[in-house]
Amino acid sequence: MLLSETTSNGFFFLAPWIVFFPLLGLLTNLIFGGWFMKQPWGEKAVGWIASAASGAAFVASALLAYSVSAAHGEMMRWTIGEWIHIGTLQLDWTFRVDSLSTTMMLVVSGVGTLIHIYAIGYMREDVRFKSDLGRYQRFFVFFNLFIVAMMILVGGDSYMMLFVGWEGVGLCSFLLIGFWYEMDTLARPSWANSNAAKKAFIANRIGDFGFLIAAFIMFWTFRSFQFDQVFEAAKNIPPGIIVAITLFMLIGVAGKSAQIPLYVWLPDAMAGPTPVSALIHAATMVTAGVYLIARSAPLYSLVPQAQNIVAMTGAVTALFAATIAVGQYDIKKVLAYSTISQLGFMVAAVGMGAYVAGMFHLVTHAFFKALLFLSAGSVILGLERGHHHLAHHEGHPSTSLRAGSEHEGNHSEEVFDPGDMRNMGGLRKTMPVTFWLYMIGTLALAGIVPFAGFWSKDEILLDANLHYPIVYWLLTIAAFFTAFYMGRQIWMVFFGEARHEAAAHAEESKPIITAPLMVLAALSILGGALNLPFEGFHNLTQWLGHTLGEVEAGDLNWMVAGISTVLALVAILVSWLIYGRNPLTKGQPDPLKKPLGFIFTGMENKWFVDEIYWAAFVDRYVDISRFLADVIDWRFWHDWFHDKVIAGTYNWLANVALNRYADQKGIDAFANLLGAATAKLSATLRKVQNGFVRSYALSILLGVVLILGYLLLK
Amino acid sequence: MNFFSEPLTILTFFPLVGVLVLLFLPSEKKNALRWTALISSLLTFGISLWALTMFTASNPDLQLVAKHDWITVAGWNIQYHLGVDGLSILLVLLTTFLTPISILSTWTAVEERVKDFMIFFTLLEVGMIGVFLAQDLFLFYIFWEFTLVPMYFLIGIWGGPRRIYAAIKFFLYTMAGSILMLLAILWLGIAGGTFSVPELILKGGIPADIQWWLFLAFTAAFAIKVPMWPLHSWLPDAHVEAPTAGSVILAGVLLKMGTYGFLRFNIPLFPEATLKAAPWIALFATIGIIYGAAVSYAQSDVKKLVAYSSVSHLGFVMLGMFALNAQGMEGAILQMINHGLSTGALFLLVGMIYEQTHTRELKVYGGLWKITPIYGSIMLIVALSSMGLPGLNGFVGEFAILLGAFGSTAIGSPWFAGVSAIGVIMAAIYILYMFQKMFLGPAGEITEHHKLRDLNLREIITVAPILIFIFWIGLYPAPFFNLMAPSVDKLVAALQTAAMAMR
Amino acid sequence: MVPVNYYIILSAILFTLGALGVLVRRNPLIIFMSIELMLNSANLAMVAFSSAIKSFSGQIFVFFVIAVAAAEVAVGLALIVQIFKSRHSINVDEMNNLKG
Repeated sequence: MLLSETTSNGFFFLAPWIVFFPLLGLLTNLIFGGWFMKQPWGEKAVGWIASAASGAAFVASALLAYSVSAAHGEMMRWTIGEWIHIGTLQLDWTFRVDSLSTTMMLVVSGVGTLIHIYAIGYMREDVRFKSDLGRYQRFFVFFNLFIVAMMILVGGDSYMMLFVGWEGVGLCSFLLIGFWYEMDTLARPSWANSNAAKKAFIANRIGDFGFLIAAFIMFWTFRSFQFDQVFEAAKNIPPGIIVAITLFMLIGVAGKSAQIPLYVWLPDAMAGPTPVSALIHAATMVTAGVYLIARSAPLYSLVPQAQNIVAMTGAVTALFAATIAVGQYDIKKVLAYSTISQLGFMVAAVGMGAYVAGMFHLVTHAFFKALLFLSAGSVILGLERGHHHLAHHEGHPSTSLRAGSEHEGNHSEEVFDPGDMRNMGGLRKTMPVTFWLYMIGTLALAGIVPFAGFWSKDEILLDANLHYPIVYWLLTIAAFFTAFYMGRQIWMVFFGEARHEAAAHAEESKPIITAPLMVLAALSILGGALNLPFEGFHNLTQWLGHTLGEVEAGDLNWMVAGISTVLALVAILVSWLIYGRNPLTKGQPDPLKKPLGFIFTGMENKWFVDEIYWAAFVDRYVDISRFLADVIDWRFWHDWFHDKVIAGTYNWLANVALNRYADQKGIDAFANLLGAATAKLSATLRKVQNGFVRSYALSILLGVVLILGYLLLK
Repeated sequence: MNFFSEPLTILTFFPLVGVLVLLFLPSEKKNALRWTALISSLLTFGISLWALTMFTASNPDLQLVAKHDWITVAGWNIQYHLGVDGLSILLVLLTTFLTPISILSTWTAVEERVKDFMIFFTLLEVGMIGVFLAQDLFLFYIFWEFTLVPMYFLIGIWGGPRRIYAAIKFFLYTMAGSILMLLAILWLGIAGGTFSVPELILKGGIPADIQWWLFLAFTAAFAIKVPMWPLHSWLPDAHVEAPTAGSVILAGVLLKMGTYGFLRFNIPLFPEATLKAAPWIALFATIGIIYGAAVSYAQSDVKKLVAYSSVSHLGFVMLGMFALNAQGMEGAILQMINHGLSTGALFLLVGMIYEQTHTRELKVYGGLWKITPIYGSIMLIVALSSMGLPGLNGFVGEFAILLGAFGSTAIGSPWFAGVSAIGVIMAAIYILYMFQKMFLGPAGEITEHHKLRDLNLREIITVAPILIFIFWIGLYPAPFFNLMAPSVDKLVAALQTAAMAMR
Repeated sequence: MVPVNYYIILSAILFTLGALGVLVRRNPLIIFMSIELMLNSANLAMVAFSSAIKSFSGQIFVFFVIAVAAAEVAVGLALIVQIFKSRHSINVDEMNNLKG
């Protein structure tokens, strides 16, 4: 462990432990988990070890935050080792402890630990519903791995270390979304969950491509990835290059933080168990993009053109996703699109340069969105318990939710979806604790004063109002929709009469599940205190100001606050008029369907974006890939060109041209000709040997005469 | 002439001792044969580690040199010249590392003619080590061609249904390129008066137009071996038909002989031609990256999928190498090692399930992670490494390569690296496709017909060393970079002087 | 004296007769007789010359020739008898087993 630049004592040495604690938890569960699970106390051990590891990371983060504040906001670096050193490329494993990173660390580990505790109870029931107790261990290994990766992301002192965590959380989302990889969300054997996991990873990878290009430009411009060095040198670089870097980074943000056009993985990601949705997609991973932009504030501040694009991307996404949320029937899908929409708020905020507002909303959103997701999980479990009870009462000892099992009797054709809001209703009576928790979360999300969401959303709207009017209007309309669809959700789920027997028999969740939610609820109520828009209460602004530089602290603008509150209340009223006053009955179509017609169809079907992507990109890639592989590479290049043309030509040359013609007809023929000629000659000459003595005698005589004659005549 | 004081001579020819022992063992004693071959290869690995301890990382020149005059008739100056430097030390270690692992993987996979198999495999090791250590062109050529023969037999006897076709194609295709290289070698040796590579480099002074033709001739041989697009058609056949151990060593080491050839011969001997060719090589490399990844995705045979992924991965290596800067070249050399480890591991793992099911069709698999959790987890790690997940080895090499290529003055345009970065997305697509089809989703039909067992201890021991390196190189690659950095810096400096001179 | 030429002409005539006899006649006995005639014609020529140049070499050579002729006839007649025993014919035209 290298010491670096330690002037004050503090707890800065704890920096690597934000990663090592969850890593220890992961390894313990990986190596010993199998043995644990065989013990009667095994499940509890696995769950609590993981939660303790995450909790230890939280304690470390808190101490680090304390150290920063004790050092008056001074930043500290802590290097644990060398990574890649090639020439001018000098990358190390260096942690950066400053107010921005400690804020993220606290959110990740704090909310993360609460969700770990929740998951102990939730997963216990989930593995029983899906009949695979052994998988409990694997869940917590992956969960701790996620904390490890996220901590690397927020704790890194360079863009590349951030990238390690960036891709690491992408991996974890793949592993956790596809946790029940052989099923779909209704526990039927299917490719659906694994496809959702794959989609998440690939959409993220497309974003990563953008990040990498930005990184390459960054290196060759600045020769460094380290934050301070880059920011220092950025002032002297032509803005065009900074625009390129920031916009390529935006592609990465669009992938990770689910903005247009790469948001499509997040709704599908609801295939994972609910704690996964809460942790990764509400509270932490998706906020990595927002953190990236906030961290890169010095770069973005130099290029207003890029800032405009970022802000507009965020604002359009916010509105777009909010419209889709209105038409969704699955309780988690509504929350998913709501997350995309709220991320749009955050991205718009940091895009506008309101970094503190964006971070503030990030923190409050972590509280209330995690609360909402986990409460939704509680609702789903409640319905599953109810369904389970029904199956029992009808004499079928079925413990599995799997459709098609022999025990399912007259339920075998109908598959029960515990997440479909059309199956819910009246849960206020059967699950009161969950109801109140959900209400708190909803009010926070809708931005009703004095809940946390109001303060953070208001600060964003305030900044937009001052500097970016278009963004302001888009976000305000999105806020209206937000309150509307949350209201719709509350009426559909908790009020009215149960639309399915399972809902009628739903049971409240145990304290291990509801206790962490109460903590989150408290945070959702009080969280606004982090950064109240009154003089002297700008806590977060001051805190983050140490890192982000002088940030203007906005005071409360009564008009903006008033408009947003009124709009939210109006939206809730309208939702009550439509969904609350005459609660839906079983089988009744959504009341908005008729009046809005094709608009509602669009909302219901997410504006067919997935279908368009499939047709335009995915299917085309498969076609191109198959064409290249079958036609071009195999049939043309491999079979025709190599086997027919090259090998065939050689065979022709060897067998036909040379063997048949040149060799057989040419050289062989000539050799044979020579032989034939010799034979002919010898046949002729053979005639001399006729065996007749007298002719031999004549020859002798002739010879003598010739020789004598020659000698005489010479 | 004390050969025993020359570590490299011992290293190269020690496996022959193993061959000798194997020859005297009766062919029925299969286990004795296997153990002999394994011990011989482990001892060779040990010798290579001993050579490593004598290697000074900070020295950019050739070390542990063994040099003797060999054929000096008729004015020819051929020497027996071995040497190792930062460019080759890691490749030698990779060879001696992967050979025992490959032999270990054949324990239950090869039951016929075990003696012949082990002899061929051990002979192959001699050839491979010799290729990486030879510093004389003639000697290099001998070792280069020598590796073809055992590989031909390995594929042709113990391979799949189309093994004869694949073996002959492999042999002839590679040899065709090698012949052109031989012409160039002869020209160099005769015109330069020596076949010794360091001396030829020192002499330099080959006129630029002749350099170009020599460069192309050497490229013919090496590009086929790498394989570079479009000369890759022999690879899918060879990999699909080869036995598992053959595939592992083919992908792990033999392909690296091609990339190593560029590094050892083309670049130092022909600097002007290298600078001229760099954008072209980058072009073909980029095409190879994208093409290999796209075609890989469309495959239904998992071994063919991995074969085409090799085309893509080695495209990265070529791109990084011809970026001709420190980041690109060090990334390329590291990626050679990484590819050997990851793709070797992939072939090992595919072979393990093939031993049980005798099919490689992806569509009959599915849901394996539930039945064989250890196998699934190991395959996941290796797949992520192949895909370049940061924190694992593949990323370090890929990142350095793309970074180097992006800002390379020799390549001249960031577009090659930019388009190649899309290969990162495409790699995720085909790797996840493979992983999903085999391990995720509902159980496929293969589980109905076969009772599958998870990895046994021997199989885990076979892949475990590779996993260790996957994490080590990913998290702390410094020792590996330190081994190669001085030699690479020297090479880059030489190229820069040549580039200056050209202007 | 009788001129040497007369003897030579006689010798030539005898030789020619003998050669013709060898070539034309089918009976090996006659052929042998013709060969004898040729030999004796040579003898005559030698004796004639020996007396003309007053040297004894010719006459001595004649003795050699007579001895050789006798030996040759002895062997040849023995061969003819053997041939007749196996073939029952002594027509030389029928003795062509050495035909090529």
